[in-house]
Amino acid sequence: MSFIEQLFPWRRMKSMGILGMNQRNGDYIAAYNKRALYPLVDDKIKTKHLAESAGVAVPRLYALVEIEKQISTLFEKLKPYDDFVVKPAHGSGGEGILVIIGRSQNGYRKNNGQIISEQELGHYISNILSGMYSLGGLPDTALVEQRVQFDPVFADVSYQGVPDIRTIVFRGIPIMAMIRLPTRQSDGKANLHQGAIGVGIDLRTGKTLSGVWHEQFIDQHPDTGASIIGLQIPNWQEILYLTVHCSDLVGLGYIGVDIVLDHEHGPLMLEMNARPGLSIQLANRCGLLTRLEKIEAIKDIPDGVAERVSLAKKFEYK
Amino acid sequence: MKNLHVKLLALVLLIFASSLIFYKVSTLGLPLFPSDDIEVWSIEARLAFTAKKGPLKVQLILPTILPGYMMIDENYVSGKYGLAITTVENNRVVEWAVRRAQGEQVLYYYLQLACDDGEGAGSFSEQQKNKVEAPNLPQYPENTATAITALLEEVRQKSADVKTFTRELLLRFNSETPDENIQLLLRDVNTVNERVELIRLVLAGARIPSRTVNVLFLREGARHSKLIPWLQVHNEQEWLSFNPENSESKLPDNVLIWENAEQAIFNVDGGKNSSLDFAISRHTQEPIRLAEQRARKMDSRAMEFSLFSLPIQTQNVYRILLMVPLGALLIVLLRNVVGIKTFGTFMPILIALAFRETELVWGIFLFTLIVALGLAIRFYLEYLQLLLVPRLAAVLTIVIILMTVITVFSHKLGFEQGLSIALFPMVILAMTIERMSLIWEEHGPSEALQQGFGSLVVAALGFLLMSNDTMAHMIFVFPEMLLILLAVMLLLGRYTGYRLTELWRFRASLSKDDA
Repeated sequence: MSFIEQLFPWRRMKSMGILGMNQRNGDYIAAYNKRALYPLVDDKIKTKHLAESAGVAVPRLYALVEIEKQISTLFEKLKPYDDFVVKPAHGSGGEGILVIIGRSQNGYRKNNGQIISEQELGHYISNILSGMYSLGGLPDTALVEQRVQFDPVFADVSYQGVPDIRTIVFRGIPIMAMIRLPTRQSDGKANLHQGAIGVGIDLRTGKTLSGVWHEQFIDQHPDTGASIIGLQIPNWQEILYLTVHCSDLVGLGYIGVDIVLDHEHGPLMLEMNARPGLSIQLANRCGLLTRLEKIEAIKDIPDGVAERVSLAKKFEYK
Repeated sequence: MKNLHVKLLALVLLIFASSLIFYKVSTLGLPLFPSDDIEVWSIEARLAFTAKKGPLKVQLILPTILPGYMMIDENYVSGKYGLAITTVENNRVVEWAVRRAQGEQVLYYYLQLACDDGEGAGSFSEQQKNKVEAPNLPQYPENTATAITALLEEVRQKSADVKTFTRELLLRFNSETPDENIQLLLRDVNTVNERVELIRLVLAGARIPSRTVNVLFLREGARHSKLIPWLQVHNEQEWLSFNPENSESKLPDNVLIWENAEQAIFNVDGGKNSSLDFAISRHTQEPIRLAEQRARKMDSRAMEFSLFSLPIQTQNVYRILLMVPLGALLIVLLRNVVGIKTFGTFMPILIALAFRETELVWGIFLFTLIVALGLAIRFYLEYLQLLLVPRLAAVLTIVIILMTVITVFSHKLGFEQGLSIALFPMVILAMTIERMSLIWEEHGPSEALQQGFGSLVVAALGFLLMSNDTMAHMIFVFPEMLLILLAVMLLLGRYTGYRLTELWRFRASLSKDDA
């Protein structure tokens, strides 16, 4: 590290191609994401319908709760299912997601083992409806959907939750991916700022590279102790295709696509995000900016999904 | 492309606002910085006379050039007289006229002057640049010609230039024991005016340009001041002033040159026993009011839309309102360049506004107290599992109850600062409590406290900035400063560099030694 770079750390960050929040918002999100298209990804119901109509596999929707009255009939509807996930249609950053993994005598069992009564679940849903988790406190809708049974490949590296694969797609080309592993601290959730681990993935091979937890580099899962480096993500090619396909559906230029691997149904698209976070750079120990600039320089992006996936792999990423 | 557009727009805003400010400062004389009160002289010229039956016409020469002073205001008390201001031989003249008048008549002219060391004197010296022609040699009457020639010769011997010449001459005229020549010349001289005329006549013999000016000594509380004639001679560069009665060669402070005219200062046509005297008083005034008055006097369009034209109460509201963008700019800087997290985007600004009334330390204390108590009660409400909006309403009510209780208690205990708590934005407080409790539950107490502390720091900084007197003065006197703020905000809107906190966030990559 040269003296000048020590004195001006932002120069070093620039030379490493690290994308900052301001630049992400100003140069990429504002420039490539049309505001009119935001509702397609911000509203999880719309995303789900869009994906289903295009034949993309998504977790099955069990029920929608739009008004308070529907809460009472919901429990009837949920009878056939032992486990499910409740989430707000407009939640962001993984907020407001409740995972029920089973039933008990007094009610439902949450993923952390706590028991929640039917009444408490009703209150939880009514909070979602009144907009507790939505932007600006607008009234919201609650989704109840199938709980993903994650692929056993990840059993050693996740704690009480489902890991998901976040890929950032720019102009239809995947540029960086990571797998997010829940920890005890993240309460089974796969969001980095809630305490999940992010592990970078080599786009060419689908093998995990290195991990980041709370902005610190780590090599092992803090709860299970298992190594998180060099894991092979199954069906990697399929995941990349699905990711590109999903990004095409919404037409946003800079987007994060979250995929989960269900051991029965294979890769499912969980949700998409028009403002994907920056920590993926720490997980990959590599800056986004270099890759973004390379893709910005391409004049004609090919139409075919396969061509774009191979383009993503062809790029010599460091 | 967009960057260029934004930069151009910001540049246009900057240029427009700066030129407007420059115009207001340089032409209208609005003070850029708040300054101490300045002295203002109020001069009342009282023109009294007895009217003969019949039409009346009164002329009074008004002061035009006021070196060292700035005219703020002038007006006339004319009664039934018609009033006209005209210009006669570079002098402003007020003309009062009436068809019929009888008995004692009094007319007033009021003038307000502010001491001004800057431009008033400048404009005066500009006037003096005009070339002054040397007078022709006068034909002296035979009985005095020898005396004058002898006097001139004597003075010329003892002097080097116009200034010393005049002083030598005046010294002789004002000597306790004047010589024969002077005695001869002063034989028929009774008034100061005649004395000045005589001196000018002698000076003309040396071809020195001279003139009489009527000056007014500004003395606080003077009731019946008169104009005093002073002698001015021109040394080919500037007019030098001399007191004809004691050869003093510099105008003392607090002297106003009323006119440089040959003609009489006032003229009453159709009246008799006329007299002119002056009453003078002094007071101090806020400079900004002065400048504003004066600018209005200059009929400037810029001042017609000034905030000073609003009623005082509205002005006071805008004094606070105009500071909000400054706080907003601070938020932009702290959030986008530094990267501090706060509750709600502009919540700290509203808290900072509330601090204006409570003062900083008390403000922080009261804010912390209410939020802490509110949080405790909010956690209890969580246990009751209420719906969101009723719960928010309940928190709001509790916040107001807390505020009332704190006010009453602090009043009982004698802490008057506690009373100003009523100005806290309670809805904002309620929302803060609600959001803080959510973050507490979902991300843990450390995150909640961190954001709460961040908000408080930003609010305190915002308060310090928004209560800054210099800033308040600048923005209120020059509201176009807001356009400059706007330009900076637009430019920051296209700032794509790193935030300061990102250096910390990505510190792991930075410390990694892969160079």
